[in-house]
Amino acid sequence: MNFLSVFVLIPLLTMAALLPCRNIKQLRGVMVAGSTILLLAAIWLVAAFVGERNGGNTAQMLFTASVTWFAPLNICYAAGVDGISVAMILLSAVIVFTGVFASWNMQPQTKEFFMWLMLLSIGVFGFFISIDLFTMFMYYEIALIPMYLLIGVWGSGRKEYSAMKLTLMLMAGSAFLLIGILGIYFNAEADGQGLSMNILELAQRHIPIEMQRVFFPLTFLGFGVLGALFPFHTWSPDGHASAPTAVSMLHAGVLMKLGGYGCFRVAIYLMPEAASELSWIFIILTGISVVYGAFSAIVQTDLKYINAYSSVSHCGLVLFAILMLNKTAMTGAVLQMISHGLMTALFFALIGMIYGRTHTRDIRELQGLMKIMPFLSVCYVVAGLASLGLPGLSGFAAEMTIFFGAFQNPDTFHRVFTIIACSSIVITAVYILRVVGKILYGPAVNSEHLQLTDATWYEKISLITLIIAILGVGCLPFWLSGLANESLAPIIDRLAATI
Amino acid sequence: MLHTSLILITPLILFIVLGLFGKYLSPKAAGWLGTAGLLLITCLAYITAYHYFFEVGKVDGVYQKMELFSFSWLHLGEWLVVNLGFMLDPIAAMMLVVITTVSLMVHIYSSSYMKGEVGFQRYYALLSLFTFSMLGLVVANNIFQMYIFWELVGVSSYSLIGFYYTKPAAVTASKKAFIVTRFADLGFLIGILILSYYTRTFDFISLTDPKGALISNPASATFMGASVFTWAMALIFMGGAGKSAMLPLHIWLPDAMEGPTPVSALIHAATMVVAGVYLVARLFPVYYFVTPEVLTGIAYIGAATSLFAAIVACTQTDIKRVLAFSTISQIAYMLVALGVSKYEGHDGLGYMASMFHLFTHAFFKALLFLGAGAVIHAVHSNEMKDMGSLRKYMPVTHITFLIACLAIAGIPPFSGFFSKDEIMVAALHSNVAVFVCQYIVAGLTAFYMFRLYYNIFWSKDAHYHHTPHEAPAAMSFPLIFLAALTVAVGFIPFSTFTTADGAAFAGHIDWSVAAPSIAVALVGIGIATLMYKSESGKADKVASRFGKFYNWAVHKFYFDELYLFITKNLIFKYISTPVAWFDRNVVDGFMNFQATLTYTVSNGIKELQSGNIQRYVWVFAMGALTTLALVLFVL
Amino acid sequence: MDVPVEYYLIVSAFMFFAGMYGFITRRNMLTILISLELMLNAVDINFVVINRFLYPDQLEGFFFTLFGLGVTAAETAVAIAIIINIYRNLKSIEVKNLRGMRY
Repeated sequence: MNFLSVFVLIPLLTMAALLPCRNIKQLRGVMVAGSTILLLAAIWLVAAFVGERNGGNTAQMLFTASVTWFAPLNICYAAGVDGISVAMILLSAVIVFTGVFASWNMQPQTKEFFMWLMLLSIGVFGFFISIDLFTMFMYYEIALIPMYLLIGVWGSGRKEYSAMKLTLMLMAGSAFLLIGILGIYFNAEADGQGLSMNILELAQRHIPIEMQRVFFPLTFLGFGVLGALFPFHTWSPDGHASAPTAVSMLHAGVLMKLGGYGCFRVAIYLMPEAASELSWIFIILTGISVVYGAFSAIVQTDLKYINAYSSVSHCGLVLFAILMLNKTAMTGAVLQMISHGLMTALFFALIGMIYGRTHTRDIRELQGLMKIMPFLSVCYVVAGLASLGLPGLSGFAAEMTIFFGAFQNPDTFHRVFTIIACSSIVITAVYILRVVGKILYGPAVNSEHLQLTDATWYEKISLITLIIAILGVGCLPFWLSGLANESLAPIIDRLAATI
Repeated sequence: MLHTSLILITPLILFIVLGLFGKYLSPKAAGWLGTAGLLLITCLAYITAYHYFFEVGKVDGVYQKMELFSFSWLHLGEWLVVNLGFMLDPIAAMMLVVITTVSLMVHIYSSSYMKGEVGFQRYYALLSLFTFSMLGLVVANNIFQMYIFWELVGVSSYSLIGFYYTKPAAVTASKKAFIVTRFADLGFLIGILILSYYTRTFDFISLTDPKGALISNPASATFMGASVFTWAMALIFMGGAGKSAMLPLHIWLPDAMEGPTPVSALIHAATMVVAGVYLVARLFPVYYFVTPEVLTGIAYIGAATSLFAAIVACTQTDIKRVLAFSTISQIAYMLVALGVSKYEGHDGLGYMASMFHLFTHAFFKALLFLGAGAVIHAVHSNEMKDMGSLRKYMPVTHITFLIACLAIAGIPPFSGFFSKDEIMVAALHSNVAVFVCQYIVAGLTAFYMFRLYYNIFWSKDAHYHHTPHEAPAAMSFPLIFLAALTVAVGFIPFSTFTTADGAAFAGHIDWSVAAPSIAVALVGIGIATLMYKSESGKADKVASRFGKFYNWAVHKFYFDELYLFITKNLIFKYISTPVAWFDRNVVDGFMNFQATLTYTVSNGIKELQSGNIQRYVWVFAMGALTTLALVLFVL
Repeated sequence: MDVPVEYYLIVSAFMFFAGMYGFITRRNMLTILISLELMLNAVDINFVVINRFLYPDQLEGFFFTLFGLGVTAAETAVAIAIIINIYRNLKSIEVKNLRGMRY
């Protein structure tokens, strides 16, 4: 029993505690308690991790533990974290915490909603703490399935369609992923030690290049679908648009990060040769994602669609940075994952709150909200500015690290794509300012909207937490980038060894 | 050390306090707090500048770049570190003085001008944010820090232009300003990417050191026929051109006049728009030694812009827009001066002249805007046709405005004369075509400024709903103060302070250049007097002489329409809409098609599993019989 | 006088195919059930007859038939119970009306 399992146990206990609850007040109490403990545990983990590192512990993964749970295939429940996982766990905890406040008035079947939400958290946290491929995959599936019900039951609009589409596409992705994982498992040369699912052990072994060529694309694609890789991103607009607020937050904020995280923890780390050989294909695809998502966002009229396309663009940047295969760009990818997670959660929370009041997400019907709900509007502007990469907010540090890292590749191909990716910052500005100008500014024309109220205290908690986190990452990016930087060393070393 | 860092920390704290807790303060308290804070910053900036210029800055007769502090903010790879620091050199110290002075005047002025506006506290908070970012920009010790604050001034400008956010025109203008400058910043960013890759540093001190690695031994990589540094420096200048509203990225500045007038005075006349000039001056050694071709390009762009803006300014009727175009034209002057400058000693005259003009222009242009603000405050209109004969009602505004007009027209002994003269001399020594162009612009400047002056203060007796009154003390004090500066600052011996190489040289007025330029200015004023002093049909007659050309100028040579065409038609209609359609119908259509296909096929074959046991039995029996028959008769 | 074995087999074959015909063509569940019984009984007859003629000194066939009869009785009881319940619910025992549980 090690400390990391706490992150799986807390949601599990919260689920158990939800069972006897009789009314919404008790449910909220349990959820707030559970998610607060989770957040505190995550903060404690970061502190403990940094403490260990400063204490001179240079092991690749800290707090490791391993329990075999299926001996014939050598599948273990193996946990361990490095700087990247720690950062992702903190991100997830923040978003679960704020998501609870954002779904304060979830009706009907509140208990079931929260239980599924917690199951989703189990999957997410489990994924980030696992270093065993199979366990990782299992948690990945645990995170996917509740999504179907959360969208299908509590969603809005074409919720059944969206839920089905999202689940099926992600499942198709995970089918690729499973093949990839099996490929890794059976092809990692054993040296008489038997097959292994443990990433750390696999990293010591070598997979034949012919096999890598087959299984790298499958693994990358499998995770890439979750990271909204063009052209497998179309679940994202529909799914986000139909999902209830907290689910959108969790999904865009955390679940999409599983894709990026998996890409470098599994695909690139374990198959570096194929990664450097085949990265160009995916660079083209992600380059398209970045610009294409941004251009699509310009003409959307539904707030959630705008945000979903913007997520395609920003997550495209994450994968793009990973494929640049150098330390700076990958650090940027980690920063971008955190930054995108926070700001997109903020966006979805705000959209949920605006929708809850005005009952529309159509930007043509909204105008002059700044006068009516100044707090929400200012938060929206902050989220927008973070999204278009204003210095001092999280997006800037992340994007700059990516661009500068990507530009360190000396060949023209990489550089041209870097510049294409850079151009997204202008397009982002266009669609963000379009929305801000349309819905927040101008005179308030709709007289029904004049009676609407500004944010309530629980909404403020949610928004302020996210904004503080965004500011924290944006103003002091060095601690996060340092955390990611040292953890990327093993991956970079493996990549360097291939050349 | 502490007091210099307070220059940056104070406005940031003011922004946070006013922004977060402004609504709990009364407007008056917020105004006082902001102004008092800025007074403190101004004092600190003066002390710092004094300290630098007269005590510590000079080593062996050369002003050094001094890094007061610097800490690392973000690592971009092993050899690239982003520092946030505080660097002083002559132009930074000068800019500190300019920014804080104008900002203080604007703070005082706004307390009266903005009285009673909704969001008064927000206004002061944003002014503080702007002051913070602008100060951070000028004291940046590396190009990346400059980019950071570059973006921050952009966003504060955006928020202040859109201050009246319920006014659609203001919202559109703010959006336009942000996106145009953002587009330019893309160039800036790519330029930094290239530059930092080949020089492996962001640091201004090592970049601009004439004996440094970049200047003495630049990398020889090329891209598409041009050296990578040509690309880098041209792209960096693109960023500067966006902020400084150079052709063809100037379109946002006239629209930015939708913001409150004091904001226009501070941001869009005196400080932020000269950031481009400041950027070029910062990197001047690099431009001069490594990429002289870009520097020449800058001179030509500057000359073209100054001429263009001056022509357009002659035809506008909105007084703030006239001033906006005049700003574009004057900034272009500064860039021309940089473009024709050389580096060492007296050859570096252009550099000095540019900074000198930046300095004097900040004061007289702020004065012009604040004066225009006082006029607008009195008559509640921006249009010339609603004004006239205001000299009777607003004597203080009238006199100060006249001083500013004389200064910008280049009449001695007002400050504009001195700085403009130096620019002319520098241009003459380097490029005659540019020099001639600048002479024409000088005449046009005098003409359109006095056209403005006469239309506001002389001309006809407009009918006012209520009698215009002189601006209150809080507004006239800044006018008087700036007017005094406008008269005085011309006599500062600038060539001993800000020069390209840091060493002082003896500046003097070259009367062979100055005399004709005064003559040109006087001709311009004379024509304006004839046409506009009293109401007559002469102006319209002259306008109709120019026919089509006049029309073009009124429409600002259709640049706005061109951009509108590009954004609305090309990007919106022919890129974004098809992309969105493609996504919904082709990419997503393919996914849906797969789903539909699966559904159709399974629907088709589900009849096989009908659940009808009788049919199963029938099939089974027939099958059994067939098998039996096969076994018996065939095999 | 001995009845030849073919006679028995012909009768049971008739019974079996009559049952099968009924099972496939009838729409009434009771008739289907009766047809099913017919087929089962035909098989039972075969067991008995073949035991009797081929292995007269053994009894497996007879016992099998007895078991078969028992199972048939039980099965009929269950089937009729189901049919009665269906009738109560649907007021019909026509097979074609029972589509609620298809696919």
